[in-house]
Amino acid sequence: MDLYEHQGKDLFARAGIALPQRTVATTPLEAADAAERLGGHVAVKVQVQMGGRGKGGGVALVHSPEEAATQAARMLEQGFGGAPVTRVLVERLVDIAAQFYAAISLDRSEGTYLAMVSNDGGIEIEEVARTKPEAIRRVHLHPARGLRAYHARRLTGHLPVEAREGASDLVTKAYAVVAETDATLVEINPFVLLTDGTVMALDSKVTVDDNALFRQPDAAALADSFPIDPIERGARDAGLQYVKLDGEVGIIGNGAGLVMSTLDVVKQAGADAANFLDVGGGASAEVMATSLEVILSDPSVRSVLVNIFGGITRGDLVARGILEALERVVPRVPIVVRLDGTNAEEGRRILAEANHPRIVPAATMLEAAERAAELAREAVA
Amino acid sequence: MAILVDEGTKVVVAGITGSEGTFHSLRNRAYGTDVVAGVTPGKGGQDVEGIPVSDTVEDAVAATGANTSLIFVPARFAAEAIYEAADAGIGLVVCITEGIPVRDMAQVVAYLRETETVLVGPNCPGLISPGRANVGIIPGEICAPGRVGLVSRSGTLTYQIVHELTQRGIGQSTCVGMGGDPVHGIGFIGSLERFEADGETDLVVMIGEIGGDDEERAAAFIAERMTKPVVSYIAGFTAPPGRRMGHAGAIITGSSGTAAAKAEALEAVGVGVGRTPTEVAELVRAALP
Repeated sequence: MDLYEHQGKDLFARAGIALPQRTVATTPLEAADAAERLGGHVAVKVQVQMGGRGKGGGVALVHSPEEAATQAARMLEQGFGGAPVTRVLVERLVDIAAQFYAAISLDRSEGTYLAMVSNDGGIEIEEVARTKPEAIRRVHLHPARGLRAYHARRLTGHLPVEAREGASDLVTKAYAVVAETDATLVEINPFVLLTDGTVMALDSKVTVDDNALFRQPDAAALADSFPIDPIERGARDAGLQYVKLDGEVGIIGNGAGLVMSTLDVVKQAGADAANFLDVGGGASAEVMATSLEVILSDPSVRSVLVNIFGGITRGDLVARGILEALERVVPRVPIVVRLDGTNAEEGRRILAEANHPRIVPAATMLEAAERAAELAREAVA
Repeated sequence: MAILVDEGTKVVVAGITGSEGTFHSLRNRAYGTDVVAGVTPGKGGQDVEGIPVSDTVEDAVAATGANTSLIFVPARFAAEAIYEAADAGIGLVVCITEGIPVRDMAQVVAYLRETETVLVGPNCPGLISPGRANVGIIPGEICAPGRVGLVSRSGTLTYQIVHELTQRGIGQSTCVGMGGDPVHGIGFIGSLERFEADGETDLVVMIGEIGGDDEERAAAFIAERMTKPVVSYIAGFTAPPGRRMGHAGAIITGSSGTAAAKAEALEAVGVGVGRTPTEVAELVRAALP
């Protein structure tokens, strides 16, 4: 789960990382009030679950409450990067002497955390990584020992002398955030040395491991703060992985890899998927029924392709789920069904006996994709 | 030969009394796998259709000589089950459980590096050496004994490709479902290394997907170390680019993680990359000696 900047900063504040004074605003008026209280010279920053704000007009430096209101109004109206914006962060401007970059991230290839500090931070950090790799010091951390004082000294040893102590403290506390909140990413770009000698975090990017939310109640409670498409919310509440796409063939499959592959094969058959929907490992009749309801509620869907290869998922339960769903929702489009694997023969038999007019059985994945694409085209014609 | 599991495999199932644990333990046994014991704390002394249940892995190993652990316990107890198996001297741990926190897995993997224990998974379908042993949830009936090794990050996509191979009369030496979690046990490279050394494997199929740089690293390994042909499939060519949080991922790997980038890295070292599961099977057929 990707947090908003202000939520990440709340975690930073709790860990003792120095931050500029700041307030969240949800209206232009609130932004103006916040700017007033913070002395008038502030940054107004969109709160979204993505990067690229600096380059994309998502951060405005302003010098009056009126300007703050204008910028907040623009951001709240226009959204950012296709995502709706429900709030902005208003933050007091600080006097920056130098800016740097720090991150602690899961390094999946090494199976552990990697801490990085660059003596050159800001929006061109990936360019720095390519052209000046020596600017970025990297230390892999043992997950049980964590980030020790000598790691922090090593990571910050190439910064200006006056920034080193503060920077060591900052990366040590950033690791504490990783360890205590089950974060897989804590990135601070930039963190800065102020003219008064303070080292401070100006940004936060924090990703919390979804698998750990059961033991991170504070983070789990933030889940409702992110805008989500109502169909996606319904699917998520039912435990389904659903992503809306732009095409016309509704897809239901089990396992992310097989569903991605189904999308690819449908594309090769000349159609586009309307969604990604993974029913996961143990698809019950209930789950299949909910999945079909979710897919059929999307008006752009012209045909549905159910592609299930059973392992944990049992074909007979899938077949019953499809039939049960068809009692709850009247399908307006054909449903191509391809079942293989555990108990698939029984599943196919159940579907054949039901002889439902909307169900189109298919023997292979390729045939199913071609049939679904063809039916979608016929529906348009 | 085959790799990792064979006729000598003796399985103890953690979580055997749960519904998935029971269902798949019995399927594995019906396949011919030597499922010798189960473990469920508090249920020692019971049995599941004749498979004796112990309170601890240590008890099960002492009583049965189990050398492989198959784990079905819920996510919050799964790391514990892996440690317990390793400490009981189990050589191969296969963890099916999905949803284990990454932090727990990072600690498990760091711990296992100091032991001889090999982990497959988590969040994986397990592995099968057709005709010899099936440890996990891969449907045995879609496999056939033969000389193609297979390793995959995906579960059901593995079944799809195995199925396509079997239908063309192409059998498998071992199919390894390594799982899709960011921190996991055996990967492409560990599997490729074993297949390269296996006298009963002639060709390896490697199934990847978008994200991370495991495929790019495997490509470098293939260029340096593999003499046997490798055929690959990458899922996710049409997946929309995910929104990105921060720069750390790109700085660490230097890779975009897209299917196209992975296919390109593999093709550059002579690996045939099929664009559909069907095409993968055709490439295998063409490349087999």
